Amino acid sequence: MSTMLLDAGHSAIQVIPISWYVTFSAVLFGMGVLGVLYRRNAIIILMCIEMMLNAVNLLLVAFSAQHSDPRAQVFVFFVMAVAAAEVAVGLAILMIIYRNTKTTDIDALNKLKG
Amino acid sequence: MTTALIGPPLVAYLVGLPLVFALLMLFAKGEGVKRVAFIASLVELGLALFAYYTLHKNSLSPQLSMDVPWITSLGVDFNVAIDGISMVLVLLTTILVPIIILSSFRNNYENPSTFYALIMFMQMALIGVFVARDGFLFYIFWELALIPIYFICLMWGGENRGKITFKFFVYTLTGSLFMLAALIYLYLNTSIGDTNIHTFDLKALYLAGQKLLPTEQTWVFWGLFLGFAIKMPIFPFHTWQPDTYVTAPTQGTMLLSGIMLKMGTYGIIRWLLPMTPAAWASWGTTALLLCVISIIYASCMALVQKDFKRLIAYSSIAHVGLIAAGVFAFSPDKNNVEGITGAVVQMFSHGINVVGLFFIADILLSRTGTRELDKLGGIRNVSPQFTTLFMIIMLGSVALPLTNGFVGEFLLINGVYQFSATMALFAGLTIILGAVYMLRSFQAIMLGNTKTITASFGELSGNEKTVLLVVCAAVIILGVYPAPLISIIQNDVHQLVSGIMPMHS
Amino acid sequence: MIQLAWLIPVLPLLGFAIIGLGGKKLSKGQISLVGCGSVLLAFLLSLGIFFQLHGQSEVVKVASWFATGRLSVDFSFLIDPLSVLFMLIITGVGFLIHLYSTGYMHDDDGYHRFFSYMNLFVFFMLLLVMGSNYILMFVGWEGVGLCSYLLIGFWFKNTEYNNAAKKAFIVNRIGDLGFLLGMILIYVTFKSLDFSVVFKGVHDNAYNQSIYNTIGILLFIGACGKSAQIPLYTWLPDAMAGPTPVSALIHAATMVTSGIYMITRSSVIFINAPVASEVVALIGVLTAVFAATIGLFQNDIKKVLAYSTVSQLGYMFLGLGVGAFTGGVFHVMTHAFFKALLFLCAGSVIHAMSGEQDIRRMGGLKKALPITHLTFLIGTLAISGLPPFSGFFSKDEILGHVYEHEGSGKLYWVLGVIGSMLTAFYMFRLYFLTFHGKFRGTHEQEHHLHESPKSMTVPLMILAGLAAVAGFLGIPNAHQHLLYNFLEPGYGYAKTWIEGPSHFGGEELKLMLIAIASAGAAIYLAFMIYRKNNVLPKEKEEDMPKIQRVIFHKYYVDEFYDAVIRKPLDWLSEMFYKFFELKFIDGIVNGIGSGVKWMGSMARYVQTGSIGFYLFAMSLAVMLIFMIKFF
Repeated sequence: MSTMLLDAGHSAIQVIPISWYVTFSAVLFGMGVLGVLYRRNAIIILMCIEMMLNAVNLLLVAFSAQHSDPRAQVFVFFVMAVAAAEVAVGLAILMIIYRNTKTTDIDALNKLKG
Repeated sequence: MTTALIGPPLVAYLVGLPLVFALLMLFAKGEGVKRVAFIASLVELGLALFAYYTLHKNSLSPQLSMDVPWITSLGVDFNVAIDGISMVLVLLTTILVPIIILSSFRNNYENPSTFYALIMFMQMALIGVFVARDGFLFYIFWELALIPIYFICLMWGGENRGKITFKFFVYTLTGSLFMLAALIYLYLNTSIGDTNIHTFDLKALYLAGQKLLPTEQTWVFWGLFLGFAIKMPIFPFHTWQPDTYVTAPTQGTMLLSGIMLKMGTYGIIRWLLPMTPAAWASWGTTALLLCVISIIYASCMALVQKDFKRLIAYSSIAHVGLIAAGVFAFSPDKNNVEGITGAVVQMFSHGINVVGLFFIADILLSRTGTRELDKLGGIRNVSPQFTTLFMIIMLGSVALPLTNGFVGEFLLINGVYQFSATMALFAGLTIILGAVYMLRSFQAIMLGNTKTITASFGELSGNEKTVLLVVCAAVIILGVYPAPLISIIQNDVHQLVSGIMPMHS
Repeated sequence: MIQLAWLIPVLPLLGFAIIGLGGKKLSKGQISLVGCGSVLLAFLLSLGIFFQLHGQSEVVKVASWFATGRLSVDFSFLIDPLSVLFMLIITGVGFLIHLYSTGYMHDDDGYHRFFSYMNLFVFFMLLLVMGSNYILMFVGWEGVGLCSYLLIGFWFKNTEYNNAAKKAFIVNRIGDLGFLLGMILIYVTFKSLDFSVVFKGVHDNAYNQSIYNTIGILLFIGACGKSAQIPLYTWLPDAMAGPTPVSALIHAATMVTSGIYMITRSSVIFINAPVASEVVALIGVLTAVFAATIGLFQNDIKKVLAYSTVSQLGYMFLGLGVGAFTGGVFHVMTHAFFKALLFLCAGSVIHAMSGEQDIRRMGGLKKALPITHLTFLIGTLAISGLPPFSGFFSKDEILGHVYEHEGSGKLYWVLGVIGSMLTAFYMFRLYFLTFHGKFRGTHEQEHHLHESPKSMTVPLMILAGLAAVAGFLGIPNAHQHLLYNFLEPGYGYAKTWIEGPSHFGGEELKLMLIAIASAGAAIYLAFMIYRKNNVLPKEKEEDMPKIQRVIFHKYYVDEFYDAVIRKPLDWLSEMFYKFFELKFIDGIVNGIGSGVKWMGSMARYVQTGSIGFYLFAMSLAVMLIFMIKFF
């Protein structure tokens, strides 16, 4: 079972060089960061965070194939599970914020100002 | 010991029982809580008395001990034991707590179950401090004791309690932090050879401290000193004390002054004296000087107080200054253990007396609505019993012979004298200044013509009389027959100082 | 019998307990019975011991008090001639005064309180003289101070009396500190506080004079407080605020002589402490003369007696200072008789005058109070030092030794004679103004005048008898000096140094005649002024000459102490409290707190509350960490 998986990886990596994956992930991650920093809508910020997580996931999978080491893929599953939980909690919080303030603009949320 | 046959040793029950009581108390409801708490504290007292009788008076090693590994990776043990010195303080705690609870019968506090649970919890922590033989455990109990008293002061205190209690909490916590740092430093020096095994065991800490370089010892000395000095308190670390004593509810004040400040003096004897002999030799005099300043300064402050409770608060600083002076006057060359013996005896006596005095202040406030000396007067006309009881407690406080204050004070001044006659002269001024402020306030409150607010003072109620009678009985009995206290501490005092070698031999 | 000695102090203690606990439930008769009976029994027991004692000293141990390894203290009593003599004086005179009090205090509300305190006093006083170690002496020492405090402030509604009581206690405590330190130095030197060990130690190391001088002076500071010597005498005149029997028992006959007892007991130390002894003699003679001059112009019958007490105590110390221990103790005894007598007479007068104490309002009381008058006259003659009354013998015994004292002995003698002249003068001034001339009080008082009841006059007569004849116990001749022969074995190690009784004849006789003549002259002067010419003390201060005004105000010593000690202490404490305590120390503490708070308030501006900013800061920080880590 594991050898089959490894063989499949090998064939794929021969088609696309690893540097492409790295570049793609970096772009994806950068878009996420910029989105988090520039956008004001909390839902979009959450989506951008998801994008960053997935960029990392992609990178993990790519290197897993590169090194023929399945352990990295464990992390991917882990990240996906945590991300799902995080989104669930995050959206719930957002729902409550929206109910209270009728907005999802993060600039309105400055109650913690010292 | 035969106690091993019936499960955990006695000392474990002594520490654990109040905790169990505290938890049970939380579930109690209604008026009966007071009585339940009182009975629980009597059970604990009975246990302490039993421990007293099982204690061998001439044994040279700590008894009733219990040593269970706790956090093995850090070298922390649940190591508790009772020797004579610990026994005196455990007895003090277990005797005072029932008195304190009884003194609260006249008050109707909100949330009584929480109130009494906190007192019980406090008792557990205090006993823990007095029996701990492990630095880490000692520190845990030390800080645990702060939590209940913080809530007692905060929830049932008087005017401006938030600010004052906060100051008290932060101030003492700061001191404890220095103490913790010193303990950890000692801990890090406990490893033998190249092994990386450390331990918080008291004996190991002694050895570690005694082997430190003099400069290191100095740092450790002052770190521990700060922790203890703030708790007692000693000049100039005392400014939290009068405010806190005045603001706290009477039972809180009694806990603070009767028992909690003894944590500081006890700490000096058990944790500071044998720990850093070199620093003791070079800095003990400075500490002694601070204590003597404390005595005179606080006495003078007491002279000008208008509020009786604040006056007692200052007098307490003066008394505890003398207690600490007796210990700091110890010098291995002179082997003047009288001071240490006197300190232990006086810790007990002071606890009893100060609780009595604070109760008197409470009675005054509840009957007349004030504690201002100028506004009171002439109570002797309307309440002769109260006068007699107040008089006896006052005499104990000014250390008249045949009251409990005398033997301790004599030994303390004796100990200081052997170190330095000049210091003893100044420390001895306490017997004059103490008489001045106590007699002044007694006269202002009790003598003269009755005023309108004191005319309806009336006689004491049953509970009040019981509390004061118990205190007065203790004042006289211990004055005439202090042997039960002195006999159990002698060996331990000698044992304690025997580890410290004279400097130039 | 001697083994029962512990009962002697216990009896009055029981009396105190019974009366104190019984309180108002007991009838006056029961209280009198218990109060007087316990002291009488104690007296009889002491008498029994007196007859069994043949110069030996025995220690009766009752129980152990406390032991700290090195120091162990017992409740044990020393029975030797000296303590037995004091026991007899205390219980004997004490009983008479108790008896007198049943009449004097009869109508007082605090009858039970009075007798319980009095019994407690007798207990502590006995403890003081019977204790076989310094600590037990100190217990009695402070205990009598407490009783003195309680009894001076007996009428506690009066603020002035309360102040007097407080003053007595505090001034005594100043002395007590000296005693305490002296005691500790004794302990440090000899590792014991038992008389037997300490005195043997002194005897074996007699060369160690500098320590003995220090001990002696410290102990003497204690004696100054209790026995009202310069500079700590000011409490005694004020102490007259207490009921008159209290003045007689505590402030004349017994408590104030405890300083003399203490020094006599420690005679071994003082003999080896020449400097301390010289100080004792000097302070003694100064006090004797100084207090006598104040007595000249006082108008309160009890104040005059109080100053005369201070002055007589001065003589006793003068005697002790020059080594005439027997003379000092002899004077204690005779003084106990005649001064107790004088005070009780004064009490009788005050009783008859419905509380009036000012001699300017008295006069001519001879007729109304015949017994009081006669006994007072005996007392006055005794204190003035006229033979054959007791005061003559004891004072002469002291002055004889003073004259022989090396160094300034002659000067002391001259001062002593001047003092006794002054004494004779003011005592007869008091006598004439009170009992002779015309009555100067109100009509009501005159109508009310009466001789006191039997319970009061009987003690007066007994004391008068003693005051008249007690002097013959010490006839100045070695073989007949009964008192010296009795006390001599009790001096123990000091025996070889103690001066024997003074001799009779030659120069001694001359000195004696000078003393008698000068006292006689003073009495004649008093007679001329106050009897013949009926001169009365000035009513208004403005009429007095300047010097007299200063003396009338007791040299302003009280005011001086007030201005130099009490007021500055209070003022400084107040200033320290207001500025140093509350502003400075607490200011620093609070300052540290507010410093931390200020730093926090600066740091809070970082918390903008904007999520965008936080996210930006987070990303920046992550990048920074990476950069630090990898570049």
